[in-house]
Amino acid sequence: MKQPFEKVVEQHGGTVLRVCRVILGVHDAEDAWSETFIAALRAYPDLPDDANAEAWLVTIAHRKAIDVLRSRKRQPAPFGDVPDAPTTLGVPGDGDGDLWQAVAALPDKQRQAVAYHYVAGLAYAEIAAILGGSTDAARRAAADGIKSLRKKYPGAAMEGAPS
Amino acid sequence: MSISTDSFASPDDAGTLSRLQRRLELAAEAEGLLDVAYTIVDSPVGSLLLAATPKGLVRVAYDIENHDRVLDTLAQRVSPRVLRAPRRLDPAARELAEYFDGRRRAFDLPLDLSLSSGFRLLVQRQLPSIGYGQTRSYRQVAELVGNPKAVRAVGTACATNPLPLVLPCHRVLRNDGTPGGYVGGLSAKTALLSLEAAA
Repeated sequence: MKQPFEKVVEQHGGTVLRVCRVILGVHDAEDAWSETFIAALRAYPDLPDDANAEAWLVTIAHRKAIDVLRSRKRQPAPFGDVPDAPTTLGVPGDGDGDLWQAVAALPDKQRQAVAYHYVAGLAYAEIAAILGGSTDAARRAAADGIKSLRKKYPGAAMEGAPS
Repeated sequence: MSISTDSFASPDDAGTLSRLQRRLELAAEAEGLLDVAYTIVDSPVGSLLLAATPKGLVRVAYDIENHDRVLDTLAQRVSPRVLRAPRRLDPAARELAEYFDGRRRAFDLPLDLSLSSGFRLLVQRQLPSIGYGQTRSYRQVAELVGNPKAVRAVGTACATNPLPLVLPCHRVLRNDGTPGGYVGGLSAKTALLSLEAAA
């Protein structure tokens, strides 16, 4: 039985917002969130009842984010403009802003793999389906991403879904 | 520090999300994707869920009917594209408030009766002909729809009324004049009957 779409928004809205922030930064995250959920609402009646709604939403968010990333690359604006809205990045000076910069500096695939595994909690097989390529490649991209984040944050411990 | 979902949370997430949800509500309406809009309003007979399709008001539900279950049923029987979107329900909420204030005796709202069919629909359509402050027995309603023996079926039609208050099944009583059952509970039925008697 399919639940009302409102419940899908309630259950997954926060995760999708955080994923969009990691992939795109705070500026574009809200537009990507909106486009993701309107596309999801449109397609919702056709989603199989037993589908994993979160993986489905992350897949849509991934496509919407790629559109944004592509249009950015065509424009001269640099990607490093993420943390210039300090109030949405936690307490200024506690180092979170630096984490954002480090995440923004990762290659797209690594940043995506980190977001989908550590923020959305998807399994590597699900991430592979989203990114294309093998499960191993998805695991490697996440591991490489985390490794380079750790270099900047020697104390960083990783919490994510079991792989 | 550890990197997890919380690393990318922000203290204002709740505010951001409710703003984004309002935006989604407007976009859904603009793109014709808001198959079922709903809201929940307070009333003297408890909180009421109001739901509307683009055609009109499709459901009024009492708290004791379990609003989550009502939404599940709407998702199954009308469309899973169900969103909390109060704007579409503004006219219904206003007319109900006027009714509870004693300032309104009949409702003037577009209705979507797609949750009912057959004999039940026939009975429910007849209910507004019982005027404000009046009552009829189940038997009288059965006669009204041309099927005097269908007293029980009239009771079922009232018990399954998708639009209580607006289609006034609370004005249908047992043959001996006692209130009988009500989809919103006996105390709600009594409260409505005394509201209308007092006006």
